[in-house]
This record gives sequence, C-alpha cells and structure tokens, in this order.
Amino acid sequence: MCWTIAFNTRIVKMNIKEYIASGILELYVAGSLSEKENEEVHDAIQKYPELMAEVIAIEKAIVLLTAATNQGDSYSFDAIKKKISNEPKVIPMQKPKKNFWTYSGWVAAFILGGVLVYTNFQNKQSTTMVAGEKQQLEEQIDRVKNSLSQTEKLLEIFRDKDIISVPLAGQNASPSSYAKVYWDKKTKNIYLDAKGLPTPPKGKVYQIWSLKVTPLTPTSLGTLDNFSADANKIFTIKNSNNSEAFGITLEPAGGSETPNLEQLYALGAVRS
Amino acid sequence: MINQELLILQFQQKDVQAYEKLYNAYCKSIAGVINTIVKNPEVTEEITQDVFLKAWNNAASYSPSKGRFFTWLLNIARNAAIDHTRSKNFKQSKQNQTTDFFVDILETHDDLNSSTNAIGLKDIVYKLGETCKSLIELLYFRGFTQVEASEELNMPLGTIKTKNKICVGQLRSILGL
Repeated sequence: MCWTIAFNTRIVKMNIKEYIASGILELYVAGSLSEKENEEVHDAIQKYPELMAEVIAIEKAIVLLTAATNQGDSYSFDAIKKKISNEPKVIPMQKPKKNFWTYSGWVAAFILGGVLVYTNFQNKQSTTMVAGEKQQLEEQIDRVKNSLSQTEKLLEIFRDKDIISVPLAGQNASPSSYAKVYWDKKTKNIYLDAKGLPTPPKGKVYQIWSLKVTPLTPTSLGTLDNFSADANKIFTIKNSNNSEAFGITLEPAGGSETPNLEQLYALGAVRS
Repeated sequence: MINQELLILQFQQKDVQAYEKLYNAYCKSIAGVINTIVKNPEVTEEITQDVFLKAWNNAASYSPSKGRFFTWLLNIARNAAIDHTRSKNFKQSKQNQTTDFFVDILETHDDLNSSTNAIGLKDIVYKLGETCKSLIELLYFRGFTQVEASEELNMPLGTIKTKNKICVGQLRSILGL
C-alpha cells in the first residue's frame, strides 16, 4: 500500500503537533471529512497514540455538549432490548467439520493393527530378529499407542458436559477465520481448536487473550509458537482467569504486552 | 479505549449487553442532537429509539476505518431527525416553536431533569463567541460539510477548519478536557 507509507512519512515529517493544530481531528469527529480523509485520519490515530488521545478528548467534549441539549427523561435501554431480543440470535456457527481427531482414533487403531500383523509376519520370517530392530518396532508401537490415548483424551474433553465451549468468530483482520475454545473450569485449562486459522506469516505468532469486559482487561494466555508443526492444531493452555471472552491476535514473534486489535483474527464471548 | 473497541466488536456480533453499554454512553447525546433539530422532547424520544434500532440492524455496515462509532451514530441521528422535519406533521407543529440554536435549548433547559453537566454547559455557551456557537451548531448538530458551513456563515472555506478548532478548543478548556 504505497499511499499509506507515503502518508505516514508525511505525518512524521509535518509533525504530530501541526497535524493536531490543523483542525482535521475536530472535523473527523464531526463527520465532515471525505471518505478518503477519514481513512487517513483513522490510520494516523492508530499509529500515534497522541492523536488518538486528542480525538478521544474532542469526542468527549462533543458528547457532553450534545447530551446537555437533551430535554427528555432519562432513556432506558429496556424498550430497545425488548425489540432487538425478539429477533433470532445469530450465532456464527461453523459447519461441523470432520476434524483430524474425529478419525485419528481409527487411523491409529489401523496402524497399530498393521504394525502387529507386521511384527507377527516378521516373527514368522525369522525368529532370530536383531535386538535393535525389535526395539525400533516397540518404539513405533508405543508412539501409536500414545497417539491413540491422546486422541481418546481429547474426545473425552470435548464430550464432557462441564466444559464450556466458546466459538470464536473471524474478525476484520481475517473474516473467514474461526476457532473454538473448550474451557474446563475445574482443571483451569482451555483447549483451543485452531484449525480454522491460516498459517501465520514468518516472524508472526498467534497470541491468545483472556478478556474481562468491565473494565476491559486483556490477559495474555501465551503464544502458539509451534503452530505450523502441530498436526491437529489443538492446544492446551492454562487459564485461571475469570474470562468473559477470548480473542486471538497476530503479533510479532515472542508476543506482545497488549493485543493489537487491528490484527484481531477471532473473538468470542463466553455465554453465561 | 480498547474497552470501547471491544464493545463495538461485540455489538457487531449482536451482543445485547455490549450494546446496552454503548447505548448508555451515547443515548443522551444522540437525543440532544435530535432534539436540537426537531425541538420536541416526545418526538425526540421516538426518533432516538428508531436510531438505536437502526444502528443495531445495520451493525455490520459500521467499520472503524470510516470514522468514529459516535460519529456514525450522529449521522444516523441527524438523517432521521431531518427526515422527520420534512414530514407534514412537523411542518404544522413547527409554527409554535421559538428556539433555534442548541444554545437556546441550553438556556431554556429545565434544570429538574437535566444532567449536572447542563448547568455548567450553560455558562460555557455564554462564553463562546457568536461565530463559535453557529459553527458548532452547524458542524456537530446539523452535520454540515465545510462547504455548506462556509456558505451558511459567509466565511471563507479555508478558515472553517481552523476556526472550528479554536471553538472546540474553547469548549474543551472550559470542560477541562
């Protein structure tokens, strides 16, 4: 985006104070700028906290002034709530996808069976099997057994009625993304099924956030560092927060202190 | 700040609780703007409700890159109020109205049900110059463009932006913002 880069350098050059003094931010809040100017101001205030603070202060002054010209009684939300609660709630649900782990139990059993048949066959072929080879096979069997018990454990988790499931819908940064959090409050673990997220670009990681809404406090639950390597894209993460929502943002490798909402990939509220 | 962005995201996902918070933050302002245009508290109440229903139904059409959420609401409110002033009923009832500027509404404001801010704001608008009163009225309450405001006030187009900056600056310094 050439023009964005050109524009940003322009701001740095012309300096933030001059930008504020120009009066453009006041017109931005009034809504009397062109669509293109709106986008430019939006980009600038995302980039420079000083500009954002200025916009918030201007908006606050206008909110106070306009509120003072209201002569009605205090407005209650109830009337609106009644009207908007009648419509069927649209919860963005993804079509249930047959995930890897749906089948992986069968796959594992099949491999295990195959390995056993193979071992048997080998035994018939030669009763003097080299000790090293035998050990290799045993390790293989062990691995398959492990994978099977892991799959079984996951199935158990997903079927537990005490586990809260929270669908996370795709956001502006990636509308087609989705994810699902299974929250086990007893063990204070969340299981994040992140199969619906694209592979992150080089140098970036997904960071998981637990969110409290009032007052808004994002708490990092960590980053998904081994995203590409993880086969089933299910991550077990510690969460002892009293979460009201979960969000996933794309952050620079190593994660960030606070979420970059411009790069919010998925978000979902815990239904109480 | 992040708080508000999250509330807006949740509102766009049709979260009623989040919308209630946004409603409480802005309903009086929206009603104030509508009242300045239609000059009738009862009609204002009706239109305010319509505006917030409309915003809910069109939640998906809002995008932060297009402007502030409050500004988006302001636009819906002004349009709804102006539509009303074009209706027959309004033209008939208008004859009895005397108030014109938001300043007049503030001055005749009944203190009984006013917010505590209104009392302080009365002093503010006394202190604002005539040009500032008109400019703020046109740009914020009526949604005039710079060109429209410059024509209405007979002011060179190039000075609207800076003059408005000074006016809002005065308002902010009195409010301590």
